Amino acid sequence: MRTITDAQYKKDEVTGENDIIFCKLNGVESSVPLDEDNVDYAEILKQVKEGTLTIKDAD
Amino acid sequence: MSLIKVKSRGTDNVTGGGRRNLLINGAFNIAQRGTSSTTANFTTVDRWRLNWGGGGTLTQAQHTLSSSDTPYTLGLRKSYHATVTSASNAGGTWSQFEQHIEAQNIAQSGWDYTSSSSKLTFSFWVKSSLAGTFYTQYRTVDGTVYYYNKSFTLVANTWKKITHTIPGNSNLTINDDNGHGFTVIVAPDYGTTYTGHAQAVADAWYVRTQNSGYFPNFAQDWSNTANATFEITATQLEVGDSATDFEHRSFDMEMEDCERYFQTYSDQLWQGTNEHATNYSLYLDGKFRKKMRATPTATIVGTVNIGRPQVGVTQRPNAIGGLSKEGFYNCSWPSSGTYGGSLGTHGDAYYRMVVGAGPTNRIDFSAEF
Repeated sequence: MRTITDAQYKKDEVTGENDIIFCKLNGVESSVPLDEDNVDYAEILKQVKEGTLTIKDAD
Repeated sequence: MSLIKVKSRGTDNVTGGGRRNLLINGAFNIAQRGTSSTTANFTTVDRWRLNWGGGGTLTQAQHTLSSSDTPYTLGLRKSYHATVTSASNAGGTWSQFEQHIEAQNIAQSGWDYTSSSSKLTFSFWVKSSLAGTFYTQYRTVDGTVYYYNKSFTLVANTWKKITHTIPGNSNLTINDDNGHGFTVIVAPDYGTTYTGHAQAVADAWYVRTQNSGYFPNFAQDWSNTANATFEITATQLEVGDSATDFEHRSFDMEMEDCERYFQTYSDQLWQGTNEHATNYSLYLDGKFRKKMRATPTATIVGTVNIGRPQVGVTQRPNAIGGLSKEGFYNCSWPSSGTYGGSLGTHGDAYYRMVVGAGPTNRIDFSAEF
């Protein structure tokens, strides 16, 4: 299982919509797109559903 | 006038047009992430991963074959290699080389996966420092997950070509999409925590319901053998009931297939525009070399700088945005700190995102699964 920490949404500055989740994947800063075909995003959704991960709102 | 039948060249073993091998990077020539790692998962050769757990540690590597290795004489120059760097006798140890195949590539392969008379054949060369009986495993993952195990025996430190043929089954489901549809596994070891249940048969499809249902028992304990090695090469999965000669492919053809799943960029710059002086981001025309399987995760490794000729700029991006299968259009950096902050009076101007020399400095995009 991937270790995911420090997850926070980042907004697209043009659209104002959430664009990516910025987080640490196994300790490495990563930009995860909001695409369910992306296995990292699917894992984030799974961990959120299980209550083991919280995603902070964008600044 | 008599007619002479001319036999075409190179088609004797071809089951259809195009490439035969359903595996990508079967000869392990492509290793974009590195050539050696003590970390599991995708850290060395492309498309393949070595996973392990339950105790002990392994080192995985893209290994260079020498002329004394049997596969070398067949035109192979690399293998995927595992070494036990910290042995463990824990019952929960396990290790496996594996490749996940896109469902649509199996669904459209010509294998009638719902028919027991239609076959897939997996062939590979393998060598282990420890003699014994080992296993390959095949899984379909759409709908109910099905498992199929086959065993093979090895003499210590001796290369052997293994050929395993598996049938279809009316219960299998494989979607016609870009998701994970089929898994090929070569297992050096699984501990007793995960083996030995009666359901874990060889030579038949089954549904695993028990934790000890992954494999039959392994007689030997490779994970508990210090410095034990295990390596594979010339891996080929093809439609049909026999193995054809390994399909050698050029480096660039294999790289192109790998880049559907992983791309890395070094020694590169993208021209961009800082839309507003107080934003902490830059808009870029980041087009990928090849369209990817899915929108990828982006990771910045090492140092990537923002630059502008004649202007001192200290910002360093740590995030990539506007990602799609085709590319990206944004990078951003922290709002404060040594490498953060706004570009100040230099807004509405051209800047560059500059990636230095690889492999130390790079941006990785992964659409693996």
